[in-house]
Amino acid sequence: MDPTDVSDPRYYHKVVDCQWACPAHTNVPAYIRLIAQGRYSESYLLNRASNVFPGVLGRTCDRPCEPACRRGRIDEKPVAICRLKRVAADLRDDIEPFLPKAPEQKNGKRIALIGAGPASLTVANDLLPLGYEVTIFEKNQKPGGLMRINIPSFRLPAKVLDDECGYIINMGAEMRYGATVTSLAAVLDEGFDAVFVGSGAPKGKDLDIPGRHDDPAHVHIGIDWLANVHFEHITKIEPRVIIIGVGNTAMDCCRSAKRLGATDVKVVARRGRRHFKASPWELEDAEEELVEIIENHAPKRMVVENGTLVGMEFDVLEWREDASGKQTSTVLRTETIPCDAVILAIGQDNAFPWIERDLGIEFNKWEMPVVDSETHQSSNPKVFFGGDAAWGPKNIIWAVAHGHAAAISIDLFCQGEDVTKRPPEGMNLLSVKNGLHSWAYDNGFDASGRQVMRHEELTKRFRDLKVEVELGFSAEQVATEVSRCLNCDIQTHFNAPKCIECDACIDVCPTACLTITKAQPSESELRTHLTVPAVNLDQDIYHSAALPQTERVMVKDEDVCLHCGLCAERCPTAAWDMQLFDLLQPKAGATCHDEVPATV
Amino acid sequence: MTSIAKPVVAHPRLKTNALGLTLRDYEGGMSTLCAGCGHDSVTAAIVQATWELAIEPHRAAKMSGIGCSSKTTAYFLKQSHGFNSVHGRMPSVASGAAAANRSLSVIGISGDGDSLSIGLGQLSHAIRRNVNMLYIIENNGVYGLTKGQFSASADIGSKLKKGEVNEQPPIDPVLLALSVGATFVGRSFSGDKQQLVPIIKAAISHRGLALIDVISPCVTFNNHEGSTKSYKYTRDHDVEAVEADYIPVCEPIEITGLTGGSGAAGNGHAGNGHAGNGQAHTAEASSLRVVQLHDGGTVRLRSTEPGYDPTDRASAYQHISACQRRGEIATGLLFVDESSRSMHDVLKTTSTPLVDLTHDDLCPGTAALDKLMTRFR
Repeated sequence: MDPTDVSDPRYYHKVVDCQWACPAHTNVPAYIRLIAQGRYSESYLLNRASNVFPGVLGRTCDRPCEPACRRGRIDEKPVAICRLKRVAADLRDDIEPFLPKAPEQKNGKRIALIGAGPASLTVANDLLPLGYEVTIFEKNQKPGGLMRINIPSFRLPAKVLDDECGYIINMGAEMRYGATVTSLAAVLDEGFDAVFVGSGAPKGKDLDIPGRHDDPAHVHIGIDWLANVHFEHITKIEPRVIIIGVGNTAMDCCRSAKRLGATDVKVVARRGRRHFKASPWELEDAEEELVEIIENHAPKRMVVENGTLVGMEFDVLEWREDASGKQTSTVLRTETIPCDAVILAIGQDNAFPWIERDLGIEFNKWEMPVVDSETHQSSNPKVFFGGDAAWGPKNIIWAVAHGHAAAISIDLFCQGEDVTKRPPEGMNLLSVKNGLHSWAYDNGFDASGRQVMRHEELTKRFRDLKVEVELGFSAEQVATEVSRCLNCDIQTHFNAPKCIECDACIDVCPTACLTITKAQPSESELRTHLTVPAVNLDQDIYHSAALPQTERVMVKDEDVCLHCGLCAERCPTAAWDMQLFDLLQPKAGATCHDEVPATV
Repeated sequence: MTSIAKPVVAHPRLKTNALGLTLRDYEGGMSTLCAGCGHDSVTAAIVQATWELAIEPHRAAKMSGIGCSSKTTAYFLKQSHGFNSVHGRMPSVASGAAAANRSLSVIGISGDGDSLSIGLGQLSHAIRRNVNMLYIIENNGVYGLTKGQFSASADIGSKLKKGEVNEQPPIDPVLLALSVGATFVGRSFSGDKQQLVPIIKAAISHRGLALIDVISPCVTFNNHEGSTKSYKYTRDHDVEAVEADYIPVCEPIEITGLTGGSGAAGNGHAGNGHAGNGQAHTAEASSLRVVQLHDGGTVRLRSTEPGYDPTDRASAYQHISACQRRGEIATGLLFVDESSRSMHDVLKTTSTPLVDLTHDDLCPGTAALDKLMTRFR
C-alpha cells in the first residue's frame, strides 16, 4: 500500500466533515472559531465567501453539514452549525466596506441572468467584481426568488433577505423587475455574451384524483398558495385544512395556515415517518404548533357535496419491506377526514415553455435541458443553467454552489478558454503550535450537550404572520455551542521520519484512533489491525510511510478523532503536529492559490 | 504534561471486560512525565493487562517509592489503593500491604535508581522473601528527576548526553533476582506491548514476587546516540529468548471476548493439551512449555533461543549473562518457578485480611498465651 497522500487537498478536506458535506464547502470550523472570539463580522464574511447568504441560510438551510458533523458520532447530537451561522449574521457590524466592488472599467462582456433567486445572485456576486455587466430578469418586483415568496416571513424576515440581496445588486447589477421572460431567443437577441438560467422549479405538482376540480377555490397548490400569502392575495383560510405531502414546503404551508385562521391543520403523508422529506427540525417546529401529522394515508378522492369541499378520502396503508429493501403497501381500509380546504405540497417541476426549441439547447425526454454536471453549460455554449432550473428542486445551498460553478464556467467561456479546464482546489497547511503545550486554538473538549433554540411563545406567534419564531441563541448558548465544535480543520499531521515509535500518541489518544502495525497489502487488511475496528467505513484511514526504527506504519482511523491535539502534545519529536487546513476553493476570475489563509 | 485533561469521551465502540468496564476505567490521572517517556507506555501496558484480567480496581494496591517511575502509579487504576513510600523503601511497605491483605493484587512500580541504588537491599530481601506482588522496574539507566546522571544500571561504555562515558559495571536486576532466589523473572521493553502485556498478566497471576525489568527509555536524558537504553539501541539489540502467553482461568469462550488483540485469544485452545496437572512440561519435539500458575491460569512459554529452558534457573542465568557479554538484551519471561513457596506459605499468614479479623481472633486469651509460652520453656 502506498502511504496516504495528504498533499491532495481532498484528504484533509474530507476530514472536515461539515465542510465536505456542504455543497458550497463553507469553512464551518473557522467561522465558528471567529464567533467564539466575538469576531462576528469576520465570521460573516468568511461565510459569505462560500455561501453568499449567511443570514438567510442561518435560518433556512437544509443543513447537510449537521448530519455529517463528527460531534454527532461522539455524543449523538451535532454542533448547531446552521444556527451559529445566524449568530454571525445577527451580530455583525456594517460589513459593506469589506465587500468586493465592481471596477469602474468594465471588461466589455454582458451577462443575462434569468430569475433573481440564489443561483443567479451568486453568479452576479462572482462576476460583478470582475468587471462583467450583469442584467438580471426578475418577474416579481423584488429579488430573492423562492427565498422571498415561498419561505414564510415567520421563518425568514424580509429585512435579512433585502440586506443580503442588496449587497450583490448594489455592486451594480442592472435589475429588470417585473420582466417575465417569455422568450429566451429575445434575450439572446439583445447580444448578451452568456445567459444563465436560474429560474428555479416554479411549477407545483398537481394531484389528479376524483373530485380534484369540483371545488377549485378550496384546493391550492402549495408553492402558489405560499406566494399568494406572501403577496397578501390570500389573507385567510378555512378552519379545517389538510396538507398533502410532507416535505419542507408542506411544513411552511401548514404553519402558514395556522397563522391565517386555520384551527385544525393536518399534514397527511403516504409513507411512514422515516421516509418524510421534511427536515426533522421543521417537523418538530410544526408539531410544536399543534399541527397533526398523519402517516400511511394515500389520497383517494376529494369529497365534494353540493359544490363544496367537505373532506378527503384516503386509503390507509400498511407498508412492508422485503429483503431487498423494496417497499410494498396493502390497503387496510378507507378513511374520510373532514376538511374545508386542501393544500397540495407534493413537489415541484421545472417548466421551460419560454425556451424555444430551436436555440440549440437539447432537451431530454422529460423536457429538461441537457446540462453538463460540472460546467453547467447546455448544448448551446452560451447558455448555462443552475439552481433548481438545472436538475430539479434541491435547496438554497445547492443553488449557491451551482452559482459559483457556473460563474467559473461563464468567466472561462467569455475569456475564450475551455470551460472543462477548471482551476484546481488548493490548500494551505499551517502549524498551529505556539510553543510547548500551547496551540493557536482551544483544544479542550467541552462535554456540553447541543443547545436548544429559543422560540417565541406560542400565543405571540399567531398574532402576525411576520413574527419570527426562532429567537436565536442567547450569549450563553453561543458560548457553549461554539465550544462543542471539535475543530476538525486543525489536522493531525504526521511526519514519519521523525517518529521514534515510543507509543505515546497511541497511549494518550482518548478515542483509540491510532495504531502502529506492520505494513499491510490492502486497506481491508489494515482495517483488521486497528486498535478499535472501525464500523463506519465512510471515514478514511490514514497510513504513514514506513517508520524508521521497525518499518511498521502509523495508522489513524479518522472516524472519531476529537482533534484535541494530545497526540501532538505527547509526541517527543513533533512527528505529530496540529496544522490548520484551509481549503482554497477555485473562484471565477483569479486562481485562488495566492490568497491569505483564514485566520485561526 | 499536557495543556488539557484527557477528554472524557471514549471511542463509542470500546469493548468492555467481564466486569463491564472499558480500558478507560483502568486509567488514572494525566501523566506529567516528559512527552515520549517509556514509563507512560508501561503505564498503558498495565492498564491493558489489568483490564484484560478484569481485576476489580478496589482489589489492587499500587506501591511506589521516589523517582520518575514512582510517579506513574498515579497514572493508572485511579480507583485503586495506593502508597507512595520513601525512596527505595517501597518493598517494605508493599510487604506489609501484602501481609495485611492477601486478597489484594499488589503492584509495585520502581526504577533503576529506586531499586538498584538506594533500595538495592530492600529489593533483594523482598525477592528472597518472595512477597506476593508484581514488581516492575522501569529501567532507563539514568536519574531523570535530577537531570540525567548515570544510574546503577548504566552499561559500561554508555554515554551521557554531554559525552561522559560510564566506566562502572551495571547491576542487572534480572541476574541479581535469579541469584537471590526469584521465582518469576521477566524482561521487556516499553516499546513492545505485544510482549509486555502478557508478561504483566502472568506476573500478576504468579504467587510470589514477579520481577519485570522493563527497558523504558528516558526520552529527555538517555535517548541519544551512544546510549544503551535508547529506543533505537534497545530495538537493535533486543533478543527475545522466550515468548510468553498468559491464558487466564476462564471459559475459553470468555477469553475470546476479553482479550483485545494481545494474542492470548488465538492460542487459548491449543494450550489445553499441555495444561492440567500443575507442573511444567516439556512438550515433545518442541520448545513449548506450559506452566500452570497458582490462580489456575496457565502461561505458555515458547523458547525462541535453541536449548533455552525458562524453568531451569542455572541455564537461564547462563544464557542471560552470555547475551549480556555479547551486548544483547535478553527479553521475554526468562524464568518461572511455580513450585516455590511465597511469603504467605513460609510465614503462615492468615488468609483473612487483617481488617476482617475479630477481636477474639486477635486476642485468643490467657489459655492460648500459656500454651504458646510452654513452647519456649
